[in-house]
Amino acid sequence: MTETATTTDRRALERGTLERRKFPREPFVEFHDVHKAYGTKKVLRGADLQVFRGEVLVILGGSGSGKSVTLRHMLGLEAPDSGRVMVEEEDVTDLPEEELYRIRKKFGMLFQSGALFDSMTVFENVAFPLREHTDMSEEEIARNVTEKLELVNLPNTGHLMPVDLSGGMRKRVGLARSIVLDPKVILYDEPTTGLDPITSQTINDLIVDLQTKLSVTSVVVTHDIHSAFSVGDRIAFLHQGVFEWVGSMDDARDSDHPRLREFLKASAVVAAQPTKK
Amino acid sequence: MSSVTEPGPGALHQFYDRTRERADGAFLYVGGLSELAGQTLQQFRRGPLERPLLTAQLDQIGVRSLSIVIITSAFIGMVLALQTAYALADFGGKMFVGTIVSLSLVRELAPVMMSLMVGGRVGAGMAAELGTMKVTEQIDALRALATNPVRKLVVPRVVACTVMFPLLTVVAIALGIFGGMVIAVTSLHVGANEYLRSVIEAVRYNDLASGIGKTFFFGFSIALIACYNGLQTTGGADGVGRATTQTVVTGAITVLIMDFFLTKLFLFLF
Repeated sequence: MTETATTTDRRALERGTLERRKFPREPFVEFHDVHKAYGTKKVLRGADLQVFRGEVLVILGGSGSGKSVTLRHMLGLEAPDSGRVMVEEEDVTDLPEEELYRIRKKFGMLFQSGALFDSMTVFENVAFPLREHTDMSEEEIARNVTEKLELVNLPNTGHLMPVDLSGGMRKRVGLARSIVLDPKVILYDEPTTGLDPITSQTINDLIVDLQTKLSVTSVVVTHDIHSAFSVGDRIAFLHQGVFEWVGSMDDARDSDHPRLREFLKASAVVAAQPTKK
Repeated sequence: MSSVTEPGPGALHQFYDRTRERADGAFLYVGGLSELAGQTLQQFRRGPLERPLLTAQLDQIGVRSLSIVIITSAFIGMVLALQTAYALADFGGKMFVGTIVSLSLVRELAPVMMSLMVGGRVGAGMAAELGTMKVTEQIDALRALATNPVRKLVVPRVVACTVMFPLLTVVAIALGIFGGMVIAVTSLHVGANEYLRSVIEAVRYNDLASGIGKTFFFGFSIALIACYNGLQTTGGADGVGRATTQTVVTGAITVLIMDFFLTKLFLFLF
């Protein structure tokens, strides 16, 4: 744990986030008492949250706690049943789909499976947002796509089809596609789920790397504690549709919130098991 | 007596609940379809159509359906000629083969059979493709990338189907009449000239307008149903399977029901 703490602080220092905390924090995304149910299943039950400009906020929680649904609300992919969602102080709760496109251009989202378009090559996938939303020439598009693919450590893969890629590569291409329009916020939905530990670490490093290079705001949804501590500045712990605990990484380690403690403890035990063998 | 009637209200309640649930589901489905139709027309009017996407769909729906249209319509024409000659043998049926084959094909068989066959093929394909895109979050990715899925996916498919169904019907009519002619000449010993003359004399413009006109609506409806079912898919591979089956069944039923009402409408108009 101490080792993780040192790593986190070092990373935070590298990005200047510790220093940034001294300044008044400006919320980028805000949730006010957000409720959402699917049929009879209540997923969010009064979620309150603030995501500050420039930070990496990790949304932590068990399966089915409403983490991904929270991300989908930030993008306006889902509308809340009640409550408000604000982006840069603009209420986006009741905006029609066409209006939401303007808001969504501020975001880049990495989906859990990568969500690459099967019918297009890697190059076309990454070029897609540029062709849709900019007047760039083919040369400029090619330069941008190559640059972004290099940023996610996947040079010379443009000609491949998504079906030819491994899970980790698909996520990295998805990441390249989500940052190609230089968004202000990157949303990561379970970026390390289903990946082996080494690939997971590569993705974690990539998140930190992008944070440093692009100076964006990031929201990472995960149930992977190690990933959370590697990349995050703050943790928001979601349990049964409510953010029960929100605070810094250090405070999370010392927190006496029973369920958060249980969550952290369980993850540490799971991680320790293989070494005991 | 009372013991027999006692379960009555419970069973009645269940029946009532189930019926209401089904009715709710049907209304929601029709409502959803209408909403998608509205969005599709809105996006189509807003234009411009994306040429490469439209061309790909025209190829997929039109060109790649040619073989099944050719085979089915030629054989339908052949069977029709045989049946007509058999059924009307006592009344000198051979004389009417050209007339009956062409009128049946133009007014009814070619549009409906073509729509059922091609509708099944392309409807299932579209529902499966969009359904897979939905369950693998590709539709959400489109929305997240500030792109309208209706403009990108639904409009090209609906336009391509609406354009291609009438053209395929023309092919089906031609091949059906040709199939009938093959049987008329080879088995029934009717001259090709005689057969074709009776075809030309029998078929009028309003028959063509009614037969081909219907397929605009069939093409539009089948594409819309397929896209709607695809976009509504939930629940992984199982959901994609359900969406595909539902598209084929709903598409076929819709074609047959619409056919009746459109025929009535066209009979009134022309």
